[in-house]
Amino acid sequence: MLDVKAGDEQSFELLLRKYRTPLVNFLYRMVRDSAVAEDLAQEVFLRVYRARKEYAPSAKFTTWMFRIATNLALNSVRDNRHRQKEISMDHVVDAGDDEHPAMEVPDRTPTVEQQMVARSRSEVILRAVHALPEKQRAAVLLHKYQELDYDEIARILECSESALKSLLFRAYETLRAELAPLVNSVGV
Amino acid sequence: MSNTERNAERCAGIEDKLVEYLDGRAKPAERRAVEEHLTACSSCRNRAEEFRHLWSALDDLPVISPSPAFDASLRARIAAEPARRGFWSWLPSPRLAFAVTALVAMSVWMASIPRVTINEKAMTGVPVEADFSMIRDLPVLENYDVLSKFDALSELQAPPNGSPTQEGTKEIR
Repeated sequence: MLDVKAGDEQSFELLLRKYRTPLVNFLYRMVRDSAVAEDLAQEVFLRVYRARKEYAPSAKFTTWMFRIATNLALNSVRDNRHRQKEISMDHVVDAGDDEHPAMEVPDRTPTVEQQMVARSRSEVILRAVHALPEKQRAAVLLHKYQELDYDEIARILECSESALKSLLFRAYETLRAELAPLVNSVGV
Repeated sequence: MSNTERNAERCAGIEDKLVEYLDGRAKPAERRAVEEHLTACSSCRNRAEEFRHLWSALDDLPVISPSPAFDASLRARIAAEPARRGFWSWLPSPRLAFAVTALVAMSVWMASIPRVTINEKAMTGVPVEADFSMIRDLPVLENYDVLSKFDALSELQAPPNGSPTQEGTKEIR
């Protein structure tokens, strides 16, 4: 990143190649929309590029980058939730002979059998991760998939290390309960 | 406190350390504390085992690749960024900017120093040229033999009009 600060465009290309896949995956698992995830990932790189002259290596580059990504993801999730609330559930769309509600809210408590039959294993896991509160979700994704240190994750989520460990325990405890049939039945 | 309550308290104390223990990052003292508790508590032992299975299951989440247009789209957004120009951007280098600033500051400071003029006439009340002529004639004025003869000269009669010299007048050197 210091080379990027000095104006080396090739170094920026190297950063792009190294971090675009982990970044897109982190954002996809946060927002569950691949188009939005890519848009947010581009926004992260754009902000990194804009701030390159002022970059100071007081923290790891990954800490800085994932902090930008987490903030953008949390804002996106909250904006999306706010927008969904504004759509009336009774609004009826006229589609020729058929009339049907514009938005059908799925039952958020599917049975275990429905989970295992209707969706693939990965989709079930993704749905369970996405059902976590945003901060717990971000903590799990940064801990499990990015394998960042506790102090890095704490800085990204702007909390203490002890608060982070508590957050992680609660998140894994929730996932353990949600995915127990899946995990136990497959005998992993 | 009953045994159940004491166990529950110990379990609660281990919770925050369990994740760190399972991913191998616990400090030695904490690792020992967790292992001691897991040996004695079947509930926490089961929980630890289920956490390990859960982490294996979480590894099954597929990794998605960015779309083929990702890089091109990002480069287009970067290219569309406006060029940022700072206040000092017209100067070729920061050093030159500093030098110019220092020069301007020094000029302003020097211009603000008040000029001091010495009025010699006001100090002495005597013209400078007069001082010099006094000094020049000093050897004559200090010669008391010469000075004593000035009185005698005043008794001499004034020469008639037009005569260049007077009888008895000596040129005193």
